[in-house]
Amino acid sequence: MIQINCQGLALGYDAALVRGLNFSVSAGDYLCILGENGSGKSTLMKTILGLQSPLEGRVSWGEGVKAQEIGYLPQQTQAQRDFPATVWEVTLSGCQGKCGLRPFYNKTEKEKARLSLRRMDMEHFADRCYRELSGGQQQRVLLARALCAASKILLLDEPVSGLDPAACRDMYEMIDSLNKKDGMTILMISHDMEAALHYASHILYLGEQVFFGTCKEFVRSVPGRRYLKQKGEPYGNDA
Amino acid sequence: MGMMLEKLVAYWAYPFVRYALAVGVLVALCAALLGVTLVLKRFSFIGDGLSHVAFGAMAVASVLNLASDMPLVMGVTVLCAVFLLGAGENSKIKGDAAMAMFSVGALAVGYLVMNLFSVSSNLAGDVCTTLFGATSILTLSKSDVWMCVILSALVVLLYVFFYHKIFAITFDESFASATGTNAKRYNLILAVVTAVVIVMAMNLVGSLLISALVIFPAMSAMRLFHSFKAVTIFSAGLSVFCAAAGIVVSILAGTPVGATIVTVEIITFVLCWGIGLAGRR
Ligand SMILES: Nc1ncnc2c1ncn2[C@@H]1O[C@H](COP(=O)(O)OP(=O)(O)OP(=O)(O)O)[C@@H](O)[C@H]1O
Ligand SMILES: [Mg+2]
Repeated sequence: MIQINCQGLALGYDAALVRGLNFSVSAGDYLCILGENGSGKSTLMKTILGLQSPLEGRVSWGEGVKAQEIGYLPQQTQAQRDFPATVWEVTLSGCQGKCGLRPFYNKTEKEKARLSLRRMDMEHFADRCYRELSGGQQQRVLLARALCAASKILLLDEPVSGLDPAACRDMYEMIDSLNKKDGMTILMISHDMEAALHYASHILYLGEQVFFGTCKEFVRSVPGRRYLKQKGEPYGNDA
Repeated sequence: MGMMLEKLVAYWAYPFVRYALAVGVLVALCAALLGVTLVLKRFSFIGDGLSHVAFGAMAVASVLNLASDMPLVMGVTVLCAVFLLGAGENSKIKGDAAMAMFSVGALAVGYLVMNLFSVSSNLAGDVCTTLFGATSILTLSKSDVWMCVILSALVVLLYVFFYHKIFAITFDESFASATGTNAKRYNLILAVVTAVVIVMAMNLVGSLLISALVIFPAMSAMRLFHSFKAVTIFSAGLSVFCAAAGIVVSILAGTPVGATIVTVEIITFVLCWGIGLAGRR
Protein backbone atom coordinates (compact mmCIF):
# COMPACT_ATOMS: atom_id res chain seq x y z
CA MET A 1 0.00 0.00 0.00
CA ILE A 2 1.52 3.28 -1.08
CA GLN A 3 1.63 5.86 1.72
CA ILE A 4 3.57 8.72 0.17
CA ASN A 5 3.75 9.41 -3.53
CA CYS A 6 5.81 12.23 -5.03
CA GLN A 7 5.29 13.07 -8.67
CA GLY A 8 7.44 15.47 -10.67
CA LEU A 9 8.46 17.25 -7.51
CA ALA A 10 10.66 20.33 -7.73
CA LEU A 11 12.02 21.54 -4.41
CA GLY A 12 13.66 24.72 -3.32
CA TYR A 13 13.19 28.23 -2.11
CA ASP A 14 13.57 30.75 -4.92
CA ALA A 15 15.50 28.60 -7.36
CA ALA A 16 14.91 24.87 -7.55
CA LEU A 17 17.39 22.63 -5.73
CA VAL A 18 16.06 19.40 -7.18
CA ARG A 19 13.77 18.86 -10.16
CA GLY A 20 11.69 16.00 -11.46
CA LEU A 21 11.68 13.94 -8.29
CA ASN A 22 9.56 10.77 -8.57
CA PHE A 23 9.34 8.21 -5.83
CA SER A 24 6.89 6.50 -3.59
CA VAL A 25 7.00 5.00 -0.13
CA SER A 26 4.88 2.01 0.81
CA ALA A 27 3.74 0.91 4.23
CA GLY A 28 6.55 -0.80 6.12
CA ASP A 29 9.34 0.67 3.99
CA TYR A 30 12.54 1.97 5.53
CA LEU A 31 13.75 4.77 3.30
CA CYS A 32 17.06 6.43 3.86
CA ILE A 33 17.63 9.83 2.26
CA LEU A 34 21.28 10.50 1.47
CA GLY A 35 23.07 13.46 -0.06
CA GLU A 36 25.65 16.07 0.64
CA ASN A 37 25.12 19.13 2.83
CA GLY A 38 22.76 21.52 1.15
CA SER A 39 21.45 19.00 -1.36
CA GLY A 40 17.89 19.60 -0.17
CA LYS A 41 17.21 16.64 2.13
CA SER A 42 15.64 18.66 4.93
CA THR A 43 13.76 20.71 2.36
CA LEU A 44 12.32 17.52 0.90
CA MET A 45 11.15 16.38 4.31
CA LYS A 46 9.48 19.71 5.01
CA THR A 47 7.81 19.59 1.62
CA ILE A 48 6.51 16.08 2.27
CA LEU A 49 5.11 17.29 5.60
CA GLY A 50 3.43 20.24 3.93
CA LEU A 51 5.44 22.80 5.90
CA GLN A 52 6.56 24.20 2.59
CA SER A 53 4.90 24.08 -0.81
CA PRO A 54 6.67 22.39 -3.73
CA LEU A 55 7.73 24.55 -6.66
CA GLU A 56 6.29 22.02 -9.07
CA GLY A 57 4.58 18.68 -8.86
CA ARG A 58 2.80 17.30 -5.88
CA VAL A 59 3.03 15.11 -2.81
CA SER A 60 0.07 12.83 -2.30
CA TRP A 61 -0.62 10.83 0.81
CA GLY A 62 -2.04 7.36 0.61
CA GLU A 63 -5.58 6.72 1.74
CA GLY A 64 -6.01 6.40 5.45
CA VAL A 65 -2.86 8.27 6.43
CA LYS A 66 -3.66 11.22 8.67
CA ALA A 67 -1.28 13.91 9.85
CA GLN A 68 -2.08 12.75 13.40
CA GLU A 69 -0.29 9.47 12.68
CA ILE A 70 3.01 11.03 11.66
CA GLY A 71 5.99 11.60 13.89
CA TYR A 72 8.65 14.13 12.96
CA LEU A 73 12.09 14.93 14.26
CA PRO A 74 13.27 18.26 12.88
CA GLN A 75 16.96 18.79 12.20
CA GLN A 76 17.20 21.85 14.40
CA THR A 77 14.49 22.83 16.77
CA GLN A 78 13.17 26.31 16.67
CA ALA A 79 12.81 26.13 20.42
CA GLN A 80 14.41 29.20 21.82
CA ARG A 81 17.27 29.07 24.22
CA ASP A 82 15.32 30.59 27.08
CA PHE A 83 12.06 28.69 26.65
CA PRO A 84 10.72 27.57 30.02
CA ALA A 85 9.51 24.00 29.51
CA THR A 86 10.14 20.71 31.27
CA VAL A 87 11.13 17.54 29.45
CA TRP A 88 7.71 16.16 30.33
CA GLU A 89 5.86 19.11 28.82
CA VAL A 90 7.88 18.86 25.62
CA THR A 91 7.37 15.11 25.27
CA LEU A 92 3.68 15.28 25.98
CA SER A 93 3.22 17.94 23.31
CA GLY A 94 3.95 15.16 20.81
CA CYS A 95 0.47 13.83 21.52
CA GLN A 96 -1.20 17.15 20.79
CA GLY A 97 -2.25 16.20 17.26
CA LYS A 98 -4.26 13.29 18.60
CA CYS A 99 -6.18 15.50 21.01
CA GLY A 100 -8.22 17.28 18.38
CA LEU A 101 -10.35 19.82 20.22
CA ARG A 102 -10.07 18.06 23.58
CA PRO A 103 -8.37 20.54 25.93
CA PHE A 104 -6.46 18.05 28.10
CA TYR A 105 -4.36 14.93 27.61
CA ASN A 106 -5.93 11.62 28.58
CA LYS A 107 -4.39 8.65 30.38
CA THR A 108 -3.38 6.81 27.21
CA GLU A 109 -1.48 9.81 25.92
CA LYS A 110 0.33 10.37 29.22
CA GLU A 111 1.24 6.69 29.32
CA LYS A 112 2.55 6.92 25.77
CA ALA A 113 4.71 9.91 26.68
CA ARG A 114 6.09 8.06 29.68
CA LEU A 115 6.91 5.00 27.56
CA SER A 116 8.59 7.10 24.90
CA LEU A 117 10.73 8.78 27.52
CA ARG A 118 11.67 5.42 28.96
CA ARG A 119 12.56 4.14 25.52
CA MET A 120 14.93 7.07 25.11
CA ASP A 121 16.29 6.48 28.60
CA MET A 122 15.22 9.93 29.70
CA GLU A 123 12.51 9.05 32.19
CA HIS A 124 14.38 10.36 35.21
CA PHE A 125 14.83 13.71 33.45
CA ALA A 126 11.08 14.27 33.15
CA ASP A 127 10.96 17.19 35.57
CA ARG A 128 14.17 18.79 34.37
CA CYS A 129 14.17 21.97 32.35
CA TYR A 130 14.57 21.24 28.64
CA ARG A 131 16.87 24.20 27.98
CA GLU A 132 19.31 23.02 30.64
CA LEU A 133 20.00 19.66 28.99
CA SER A 134 22.99 18.85 26.80
CA GLY A 135 22.55 18.79 23.03
CA GLY A 136 22.37 15.00 22.88
CA GLN A 137 19.88 14.85 25.72
CA GLN A 138 17.71 17.42 23.97
CA GLN A 139 17.86 15.29 20.83
CA ARG A 140 16.59 12.30 22.81
CA VAL A 141 13.71 14.30 24.21
CA LEU A 142 12.72 15.43 20.74
CA LEU A 143 12.89 11.82 19.59
CA ALA A 144 10.63 10.81 22.46
CA ARG A 145 8.23 13.54 21.32
CA ALA A 146 8.36 12.19 17.75
CA LEU A 147 7.60 8.70 19.06
CA CYS A 148 4.55 10.07 20.87
CA ALA A 149 3.23 11.49 17.65
CA ALA A 150 4.01 8.56 15.36
CA SER A 151 1.71 5.64 14.90
CA LYS A 152 2.21 4.88 11.21
CA ILE A 153 5.03 6.96 9.80
CA LEU A 154 8.17 8.39 11.36
CA LEU A 155 10.20 11.06 9.59
CA LEU A 156 13.62 11.62 11.12
CA ASP A 157 16.01 14.35 10.08
CA GLU A 158 19.47 13.17 11.18
CA PRO A 159 18.30 11.37 14.33
CA VAL A 160 21.74 10.33 15.53
CA SER A 161 23.45 13.69 15.27
CA GLY A 162 24.72 14.61 18.72
CA LEU A 163 24.33 11.11 20.16
CA ASP A 164 27.26 9.18 21.62
CA PRO A 165 28.25 5.89 19.90
CA ALA A 166 26.35 3.67 22.31
CA ALA A 167 23.22 5.77 22.12
CA CYS A 168 23.65 5.88 18.36
CA ARG A 169 23.65 2.09 18.11
CA ASP A 170 20.64 1.84 20.43
CA MET A 171 18.87 4.39 18.31
CA TYR A 172 19.40 2.43 15.09
CA GLU A 173 18.26 -0.76 16.79
CA MET A 174 15.20 0.96 18.15
CA ILE A 175 14.25 2.45 14.80
CA ASP A 176 14.79 -0.94 13.22
CA SER A 177 12.51 -2.63 15.72
CA LEU A 178 9.85 0.03 15.21
CA ASN A 179 10.07 -0.75 11.52
CA LYS A 180 10.20 -4.54 11.73
CA LYS A 181 8.06 -5.24 14.80
CA ASP A 182 5.53 -2.42 14.78
CA GLY A 183 5.42 -2.09 11.01
CA MET A 184 6.12 1.61 11.16
CA THR A 185 7.21 3.29 7.94
CA ILE A 186 10.52 5.10 8.38
CA LEU A 187 11.93 8.01 6.40
CA MET A 188 15.34 8.90 7.70
CA ILE A 189 17.88 11.48 6.60
CA SER A 190 21.37 10.38 7.40
CA HIS A 191 25.02 10.85 6.61
CA ASP A 192 25.85 7.45 8.03
CA MET A 193 26.32 5.37 4.90
CA GLU A 194 27.08 2.12 6.66
CA ALA A 195 23.99 2.22 8.83
CA ALA A 196 21.86 3.30 5.88
CA LEU A 197 22.93 0.31 3.80
CA HIS A 198 22.61 -2.02 6.75
CA TYR A 199 19.13 -1.09 7.91
CA ALA A 200 17.25 0.62 5.08
CA SER A 201 15.16 -1.09 2.45
CA HIS A 202 15.27 1.83 0.01
CA ILE A 203 17.63 4.68 -0.69
CA LEU A 204 16.85 8.10 -2.08
CA TYR A 205 19.98 9.92 -3.10
CA LEU A 206 19.79 13.67 -3.76
CA GLY A 207 22.54 15.26 -5.78
CA GLU A 208 23.36 16.17 -9.36
CA GLN A 209 22.06 12.76 -10.30
CA VAL A 210 19.04 11.69 -8.31
CA PHE A 211 18.65 8.05 -7.44
CA PHE A 212 15.77 6.12 -5.99
CA GLY A 213 15.64 2.36 -5.49
CA THR A 214 16.54 -0.46 -3.18
CA CYS A 215 19.87 -0.66 -1.38
CA LYS A 216 21.19 -3.31 -3.74
CA GLU A 217 20.38 -1.21 -6.77
CA PHE A 218 21.98 1.82 -5.13
CA VAL A 219 25.43 0.32 -4.60
CA ARG A 220 25.51 -0.65 -8.28
CA SER A 221 24.21 2.68 -9.62
CA VAL A 222 26.43 5.46 -10.91
CA PRO A 223 25.63 8.03 -8.14
CA GLY A 224 25.81 5.27 -5.56
CA ARG A 225 29.27 4.19 -6.60
CA ARG A 226 30.53 7.72 -6.72
CA TYR A 227 29.05 8.46 -3.29
CA LEU A 228 30.52 5.32 -1.78
CA LYS A 229 33.89 6.15 -3.22
CA GLN A 230 33.82 9.66 -1.73
CA LYS A 231 32.88 8.19 1.58
CA GLY A 232 35.94 5.95 1.39
CA GLU A 233 33.93 2.77 1.39
CA PRO A 234 34.77 -0.31 -0.63
CA TYR A 235 32.37 -0.71 -3.57
CA GLY A 236 29.14 -2.34 -2.63
CA ASN A 237 30.28 -5.35 -0.67
CA ASP A 238 28.18 -4.32 2.26
CA ALA A 239 24.72 -4.86 0.89
CA MET B 1 -0.55 52.82 59.04
CA GLY B 2 -3.98 53.32 60.62
CA MET B 3 -4.32 56.60 58.73
CA MET B 4 -3.56 54.88 55.46
CA LEU B 5 -6.14 52.21 56.13
CA GLU B 6 -8.72 54.84 56.97
CA LYS B 7 -7.91 56.65 53.78
CA LEU B 8 -8.29 53.43 51.79
CA VAL B 9 -11.64 52.65 53.38
CA ALA B 10 -12.79 56.16 52.62
CA TYR B 11 -11.73 55.83 48.98
CA TRP B 12 -13.37 52.42 48.71
CA ALA B 13 -16.72 54.18 49.00
CA TYR B 14 -16.15 55.82 45.63
CA PRO B 15 -17.28 53.65 42.73
CA PHE B 16 -14.49 54.92 40.47
CA VAL B 17 -11.90 53.41 42.80
CA ARG B 18 -13.60 50.05 42.79
CA TYR B 19 -14.02 50.18 39.02
CA ALA B 20 -10.39 51.05 38.49
CA LEU B 21 -9.25 48.21 40.70
CA ALA B 22 -11.50 45.66 39.01
CA VAL B 23 -10.57 46.71 35.49
CA GLY B 24 -6.88 47.07 36.25
CA VAL B 25 -6.72 43.60 37.77
CA LEU B 26 -8.66 41.96 34.94
CA VAL B 27 -6.66 43.63 32.17
CA ALA B 28 -3.46 42.69 33.98
CA LEU B 29 -4.58 39.08 34.19
CA CYS B 30 -5.41 38.82 30.47
CA ALA B 31 -2.24 40.60 29.42
CA ALA B 32 -0.05 38.35 31.57
CA LEU B 33 -1.63 35.15 30.21
CA LEU B 34 -1.08 36.25 26.63
CA GLY B 35 2.27 37.79 27.58
CA VAL B 36 4.01 34.46 28.25
CA THR B 37 3.28 33.25 24.73
CA LEU B 38 3.94 36.59 23.08
CA VAL B 39 7.30 37.05 24.79
CA LEU B 40 8.35 33.50 23.87
CA LYS B 41 7.22 33.99 20.29
CA ARG B 42 9.44 37.08 20.18
CA PHE B 43 6.47 39.43 20.08
CA SER B 44 7.21 41.40 23.24
CA PHE B 45 6.45 44.66 21.54
CA ILE B 46 3.14 43.65 20.05
CA GLY B 47 1.31 45.57 22.77
CA ASP B 48 3.09 48.71 21.75
CA GLY B 49 2.83 48.03 18.02
CA LEU B 50 -0.85 47.17 17.97
CA SER B 51 -1.85 50.06 20.18
CA HIS B 52 -0.07 52.41 17.79
CA VAL B 53 -1.98 50.81 14.95
CA ALA B 54 -5.17 51.33 16.93
CA PHE B 55 -4.16 54.94 17.46
CA GLY B 56 -3.70 55.43 13.71
CA ALA B 57 -7.09 53.88 13.04
CA MET B 58 -8.65 56.08 15.70
CA ALA B 59 -7.21 59.19 14.07
CA VAL B 60 -8.61 58.18 10.69
CA ALA B 61 -11.97 57.35 12.26
CA SER B 62 -12.19 60.72 13.96
CA VAL B 63 -11.31 62.53 10.74
CA LEU B 64 -13.93 60.54 8.84
CA ASN B 65 -16.35 61.63 11.54
CA LEU B 66 -17.60 58.12 12.16
CA ALA B 67 -20.32 57.89 14.78
CA SER B 68 -18.50 55.05 16.53
CA ASP B 69 -14.82 54.44 15.95
CA MET B 70 -14.81 51.02 17.62
CA PRO B 71 -15.62 48.81 14.60
CA LEU B 72 -12.93 50.44 12.44
CA VAL B 73 -10.31 50.44 15.18
CA MET B 74 -11.01 46.85 16.19
CA GLY B 75 -11.10 45.70 12.58
CA VAL B 76 -7.80 47.31 11.59
CA THR B 77 -6.05 46.11 14.75
CA VAL B 78 -7.28 42.54 14.40
CA LEU B 79 -6.13 42.52 10.76
CA CYS B 80 -2.67 43.72 11.73
CA ALA B 81 -2.42 41.18 14.54
CA VAL B 82 -3.44 38.38 12.20
CA PHE B 83 -0.88 39.51 9.67
CA LEU B 84 1.92 39.77 12.23
CA LEU B 85 1.27 36.61 14.22
CA GLY B 86 -0.04 34.61 11.31
CA ALA B 87 2.88 35.32 9.01
CA GLY B 88 4.72 32.95 11.32
CA GLU B 89 8.14 31.47 10.84
CA ASN B 90 8.22 31.36 7.08
CA SER B 91 7.74 35.03 6.32
CA LYS B 92 10.47 36.99 4.56
CA ILE B 93 10.33 39.94 6.96
CA LYS B 94 11.07 38.95 10.53
CA GLY B 95 8.34 39.46 13.09
CA ASP B 96 9.97 42.21 15.10
CA ALA B 97 10.94 44.23 12.04
CA ALA B 98 7.44 43.93 10.56
CA MET B 99 5.98 45.03 13.85
CA ALA B 100 8.28 48.02 14.12
CA MET B 101 7.26 49.05 10.61
CA PHE B 102 3.57 48.82 11.44
CA SER B 103 3.99 50.55 14.75
CA VAL B 104 6.00 53.52 13.58
CA GLY B 105 4.09 53.79 10.31
CA ALA B 106 0.67 53.83 11.95
CA LEU B 107 1.78 56.32 14.58
CA ALA B 108 3.18 58.71 11.96
CA VAL B 109 0.21 58.45 9.62
CA GLY B 110 -2.23 58.83 12.50
CA TYR B 111 -0.51 61.93 13.77
CA LEU B 112 -0.24 63.38 10.27
CA VAL B 113 -3.93 62.77 9.57
CA MET B 114 -4.89 64.35 12.88
CA ASN B 115 -2.63 67.31 12.20
CA LEU B 116 -4.02 67.93 8.71
CA PHE B 117 -7.70 67.50 9.44
CA SER B 118 -8.13 67.79 13.16
CA VAL B 119 -10.93 69.86 14.62
CA SER B 120 -9.62 69.73 18.15
CA SER B 121 -7.59 72.64 19.47
CA ASN B 122 -5.54 70.60 21.95
CA LEU B 123 -3.84 68.24 19.53
CA ALA B 124 -0.78 67.45 21.62
CA GLY B 125 -3.02 66.73 24.61
CA ASP B 126 -5.17 64.34 22.58
CA VAL B 127 -2.17 62.43 21.33
CA CYS B 128 -0.65 62.25 24.77
CA THR B 129 -3.87 60.92 26.26
CA THR B 130 -4.10 58.17 23.68
CA LEU B 131 -0.54 57.10 24.17
CA PHE B 132 -0.26 57.30 27.92
CA GLY B 133 -3.82 56.71 28.98
CA ALA B 134 -3.49 59.66 31.36
CA THR B 135 -6.13 59.18 34.03
CA SER B 136 -8.69 57.34 31.95
CA ILE B 137 -8.65 54.35 34.28
CA LEU B 138 -10.13 56.59 36.96
CA THR B 139 -12.99 57.73 34.75
CA LEU B 140 -14.55 54.40 33.85
CA SER B 141 -18.26 53.93 33.57
CA LYS B 142 -20.22 50.94 34.77
CA SER B 143 -20.68 49.65 31.21
CA ASP B 144 -16.91 49.82 30.63
CA VAL B 145 -16.42 47.64 33.65
CA TRP B 146 -19.00 45.10 32.52
CA MET B 147 -17.55 44.90 29.04
CA CYS B 148 -14.15 44.34 30.59
CA VAL B 149 -15.45 41.61 32.92
CA ILE B 150 -17.10 39.73 30.06
CA LEU B 151 -14.13 39.99 27.72
CA SER B 152 -11.69 38.94 30.43
CA ALA B 153 -13.77 35.93 31.36
CA LEU B 154 -13.80 34.97 27.69
CA VAL B 155 -10.04 35.38 27.36
CA VAL B 156 -9.33 33.29 30.45
CA LEU B 157 -11.72 30.55 29.32
CA LEU B 158 -10.19 30.44 25.84
CA TYR B 159 -6.72 30.35 27.34
CA VAL B 160 -7.47 27.44 29.66
CA PHE B 161 -9.28 25.56 26.90
CA PHE B 162 -6.46 25.96 24.40
CA TYR B 163 -3.58 25.90 26.92
CA HIS B 164 -1.88 22.75 25.59
CA LYS B 165 -2.34 23.81 21.99
CA ILE B 166 -0.84 27.20 22.75
CA PHE B 167 2.15 25.48 24.33
CA ALA B 168 2.59 23.23 21.29
CA ILE B 169 2.52 26.03 18.73
CA THR B 170 4.70 28.29 20.86
CA PHE B 171 7.36 25.68 21.50
CA ASP B 172 7.64 24.33 17.98
CA GLU B 173 5.19 25.48 15.36
CA SER B 174 6.53 23.30 12.52
CA PHE B 175 6.35 20.13 14.57
CA ALA B 176 2.84 20.97 15.69
CA SER B 177 1.53 21.55 12.21
CA ALA B 178 3.43 18.58 10.76
CA THR B 179 1.81 16.23 13.25
CA GLY B 180 -1.76 17.32 12.83
CA THR B 181 -2.29 20.34 15.07
CA ASN B 182 -3.97 23.11 13.17
CA ALA B 183 -1.33 25.71 14.01
CA LYS B 184 -2.84 28.27 11.63
CA ARG B 185 -6.16 28.15 13.41
CA TYR B 186 -4.64 28.58 16.86
CA ASN B 187 -2.36 31.36 15.66
CA LEU B 188 -5.43 33.10 14.31
CA ILE B 189 -7.29 32.73 17.60
CA LEU B 190 -4.23 34.00 19.45
CA ALA B 191 -3.95 37.01 17.15
CA VAL B 192 -7.61 37.96 17.45
CA VAL B 193 -7.61 37.61 21.23
CA THR B 194 -4.40 39.63 21.48
CA ALA B 195 -5.85 42.42 19.37
CA VAL B 196 -9.10 42.51 21.35
CA VAL B 197 -7.27 42.61 24.69
CA ILE B 198 -4.95 45.34 23.50
CA VAL B 199 -7.69 47.58 22.14
CA MET B 200 -9.70 47.07 25.29
CA ALA B 201 -6.71 47.71 27.52
CA MET B 202 -5.65 50.72 25.52
CA ASN B 203 -9.00 52.42 26.00
CA LEU B 204 -8.86 51.69 29.67
CA VAL B 205 -5.26 52.12 30.70
CA GLY B 206 -3.32 53.56 27.75
CA SER B 207 -0.74 51.96 25.51
CA LEU B 208 2.33 52.52 27.68
CA LEU B 209 0.87 50.37 30.40
CA ILE B 210 -0.31 47.55 28.20
CA SER B 211 3.20 46.88 26.91
CA ALA B 212 4.52 46.68 30.44
CA LEU B 213 1.67 44.38 31.47
CA VAL B 214 2.51 42.02 28.62
CA ILE B 215 6.26 41.89 29.17
CA PHE B 216 7.11 42.24 32.87
CA PRO B 217 5.13 39.43 34.54
CA ALA B 218 6.33 36.87 31.99
CA MET B 219 9.94 37.99 32.31
CA SER B 220 9.76 37.95 36.11
CA ALA B 221 8.21 34.48 36.17
CA MET B 222 10.87 33.16 33.80
CA ARG B 223 13.60 34.19 36.25
CA LEU B 224 12.11 31.87 38.85
CA PHE B 225 10.47 28.91 37.15
CA HIS B 226 11.41 26.52 34.40
CA SER B 227 8.16 24.87 33.46
CA PHE B 228 5.65 26.48 31.14
CA LYS B 229 2.79 25.80 33.50
CA ALA B 230 4.50 27.36 36.52
CA VAL B 231 5.57 30.39 34.48
CA THR B 232 2.02 30.92 33.21
CA ILE B 233 0.38 30.59 36.63
CA PHE B 234 2.96 32.67 38.46
CA SER B 235 2.95 35.47 35.90
CA ALA B 236 -0.84 35.69 36.04
CA GLY B 237 -0.76 35.89 39.82
CA LEU B 238 2.10 38.34 39.90
CA SER B 239 0.44 40.57 37.34
CA VAL B 240 -2.78 40.73 39.33
CA PHE B 241 -0.82 41.55 42.48
CA CYS B 242 1.22 44.29 40.77
CA ALA B 243 -1.84 45.90 39.23
CA ALA B 244 -3.72 45.93 42.55
CA ALA B 245 -0.71 47.18 44.49
CA GLY B 246 0.03 49.83 41.90
CA ILE B 247 -3.51 51.16 41.92
CA VAL B 248 -3.68 51.26 45.72
CA VAL B 249 -0.34 53.05 45.96
CA SER B 250 -1.29 55.53 43.30
CA ILE B 251 -4.51 56.37 45.11
CA LEU B 252 -2.78 56.77 48.46
CA ALA B 253 0.19 58.69 47.15
CA GLY B 254 -1.62 60.55 44.39
CA THR B 255 0.78 59.33 41.69
CA PRO B 256 -0.20 58.56 38.07
CA VAL B 257 -1.80 55.12 37.90
CA GLY B 258 -0.09 53.66 34.82
CA ALA B 259 3.38 54.77 35.79
CA THR B 260 2.93 53.48 39.33
CA ILE B 261 1.87 50.02 38.17
CA VAL B 262 4.87 49.84 35.84
CA THR B 263 7.16 50.86 38.70
CA VAL B 264 5.77 48.09 40.89
CA GLU B 265 6.35 45.67 37.98
CA ILE B 266 9.96 46.79 37.70
CA ILE B 267 10.55 46.34 41.43
CA THR B 268 9.08 42.82 41.40
CA PHE B 269 11.13 41.96 38.32
CA VAL B 270 14.34 42.98 40.06
CA LEU B 271 13.27 40.98 43.13
CA CYS B 272 12.52 37.88 41.04
CA TRP B 273 15.82 38.24 39.25
CA GLY B 274 17.68 38.43 42.56
CA ILE B 275 15.84 35.44 44.00
CA GLY B 276 16.47 33.50 40.78
CA LEU B 277 20.19 34.23 40.93
CA ALA B 278 20.37 33.35 44.60
CA GLY B 279 18.51 30.10 44.01
CA ARG B 280 20.96 29.06 41.32
CA ARG B 281 23.93 29.22 43.63
N1 LIG C 1 14.73 29.03 4.72
C1 LIG C 1 15.53 28.99 3.63
N2 LIG C 1 15.50 29.99 2.71
C2 LIG C 1 16.26 29.94 1.61
N3 LIG C 1 17.11 28.96 1.34
C3 LIG C 1 17.22 27.94 2.20
C4 LIG C 1 16.42 27.90 3.40
N4 LIG C 1 16.72 26.76 4.06
C5 LIG C 1 17.65 26.13 3.33
N5 LIG C 1 17.95 26.82 2.21
C6 LIG C 1 18.89 26.43 1.18
O1 LIG C 1 18.43 25.25 0.55
C7 LIG C 1 19.48 24.35 0.36
C8 LIG C 1 19.14 22.99 0.92
O2 LIG C 1 18.94 23.07 2.31
P1 LIG C 1 18.58 21.80 3.16
O3 LIG C 1 18.43 22.25 4.56
O4 LIG C 1 17.43 21.10 2.54
O5 LIG C 1 19.90 20.91 3.01
P2 LIG C 1 20.21 19.49 3.60
O6 LIG C 1 20.33 18.55 2.44
O7 LIG C 1 19.26 19.13 4.66
O8 LIG C 1 21.66 19.70 4.21
P3 LIG C 1 22.32 19.16 5.58
O9 LIG C 1 22.95 17.86 5.27
O10 LIG C 1 23.36 20.17 5.90
O11 LIG C 1 21.25 19.08 6.60
C9 LIG C 1 20.74 24.97 0.97
O12 LIG C 1 21.55 25.42 -0.08
C10 LIG C 1 20.23 26.10 1.79
O13 LIG C 1 21.11 27.19 1.68
MG1 LIG D 1 19.31 18.98 6.66
